[in-house]
Amino acid sequence: MSNPTETESLPRQRFQERFPLLALVIERILLSLLLLVAVSMLIFGGVEALPGDFATTYLGQSATPQAVANIRAELGLDRPVVTRYFEWLAGAVQGDFGTSWASKNSVSEQVGNRLGNSLFLAGFAAVISVPLAVGLGMLSVHFRNRMPDKIINVISLAAISLPEFFIGYLLILYFAVNFGIATFPATVYEGMGFIERLKAIALPTATLVLVVLAHMMRMTRAAILSVMSSAYMETAELKGLSAFRAIVKHAAPNALAPIINVVALNLAYLVVGVVVVEVVFVYPGMGQYMVDAVTVRDMPVVQACGLIFAAVYIFLNMLADILAIIANPRLRHPR
Amino acid sequence: MRLREIPITAWVGILGIALACFCAAFAPLIAPYGETEVVGGVWQEADAQFFFGLDNLGRDILSRLIYGARTTLSVALAATVISFSLGILLSFIAAVSGGLIDTVFSRFNDLMMSIPTLIFALVVLAVLPQHLIVLILVMAVLDSTRVYRLGRAVALDVAVMEFVEAARLRGEGTTWIIFREILPNTLSPLLAEFGLRFAFSILFLSTLSFLGLGIQPPAADWGGMVKDNKDGIIFGISAALVPGTAIAALAICVNLVVDWLLKRTSSLKGGRGDA
Repeated sequence: MSNPTETESLPRQRFQERFPLLALVIERILLSLLLLVAVSMLIFGGVEALPGDFATTYLGQSATPQAVANIRAELGLDRPVVTRYFEWLAGAVQGDFGTSWASKNSVSEQVGNRLGNSLFLAGFAAVISVPLAVGLGMLSVHFRNRMPDKIINVISLAAISLPEFFIGYLLILYFAVNFGIATFPATVYEGMGFIERLKAIALPTATLVLVVLAHMMRMTRAAILSVMSSAYMETAELKGLSAFRAIVKHAAPNALAPIINVVALNLAYLVVGVVVVEVVFVYPGMGQYMVDAVTVRDMPVVQACGLIFAAVYIFLNMLADILAIIANPRLRHPR
Repeated sequence: MRLREIPITAWVGILGIALACFCAAFAPLIAPYGETEVVGGVWQEADAQFFFGLDNLGRDILSRLIYGARTTLSVALAATVISFSLGILLSFIAAVSGGLIDTVFSRFNDLMMSIPTLIFALVVLAVLPQHLIVLILVMAVLDSTRVYRLGRAVALDVAVMEFVEAARLRGEGTTWIIFREILPNTLSPLLAEFGLRFAFSILFLSTLSFLGLGIQPPAADWGGMVKDNKDGIIFGISAALVPGTAIAALAICVNLVVDWLLKRTSSLKGGRGDA
């Protein structure tokens, strides 16, 4: 946090005094934007700075120098890096990510269709997993160090260690192949009914829920436990408050901020988990698009997907911070 | 530390890891068939001769599993060791030096962490040539950001202690302070973190291999084996689940040991146990 000197920004200081919360939130949003610009530079610049020439990779080792020069000119690789970066960034801000090298189609068009699918999948998984995780976390705290807690602990430890694709194929084998309840692959297309769509994504959603549930639950448990073992909870107990009153009046307001943080962090994790799950279930989303692009080294697509995933991730982290600031007044006064 | 004090869950973990290491070390001796040897029909069912059956090209799954332990474990271990050395070294330098170095390192680390690891890896692997060394280095650098964050926090706690100040006044250099004063005093939380990172490395490597970007065929690797056999799932052939189970089992074992180490560390410090 910067300490504005009086000569530098009087209006800013006045604004901070009148709306301290708003000023903090705006500051956090600006910080995220800055971060996003830095990330875009990293994604673009990193790709440029790394060894290996795309044109050569694209055409194979035996390409003639003339063919390489042609393809470089065609893809615009012969122009300066800085020019291309600003063109790319300007396009990205307006939602234009250029054309794919592999299919010569507009990247934005593909991304537009697939981003919705991915967000639908992740959102649906979040709607199920968040209440479940918080509930189980509370249950685990309530039965702390007794049988239910230990069972939940061991199961969640196991669930954390399971790779996403393993859970996915396990579910496919049992529910789609052996019992025939669910559908595989999870195909969705435009104009599909809402209920049908839900049916199609049942298994991918279940996989995602299982993946984030354990993480979220363990973190919720730790967050609640650290509040419950604090000095003011002891005071509340010693002065004879009922357990219910102590939790509602003293524990809940303090546990809210860490729980919000946990939820947002895991939602960000969900966005990444989507990549693997989409590949497993052949679901037409962003993750599958990106992985396909990486295997054929289709750089415009990789850069676009990378930037979008990073943007969603940064946005969710920002949301977590802002909600935590709102929920916990102590964070409003740094130092 | 007495052997009797180790809880049963930790024993399970230790035994599992030992088994995997044993397979990795003596793979050519234990494996009944060769790594890439075709010994029968495609997706042949498991029987007395082929314990887990055959894979999508008719190779023995058990043999490939044993050889795969070698690849998976060594690559994951190499990546973890490099990421750990890198993260610890940079974080300790940052914590001891403070000032500008600390700020630059930490801001850059924040920047790296603001991109999800898998996405970052995908972007980088799209450009870099497919080499084992490249894969290990990418995994290591990405993972070292997490180590850096923990290492800096732990080192900052120690760096303000009197004995560090005494060493400084004595005229010791930064290198001495890092390796002789701070490292020995931060070893136990770092050990638990090492296990955690190792488990994460195994999962991450398997995920990359599953996506076709990790270890390249025909070398056996658990994640890659899942990818090879995934098409069989639709026909009810569970060949892909065998390597998947192996990955999960190994990761669980490592986590069980880490869980015990963490509990031990917090009780040593007089903490509130699992709080």
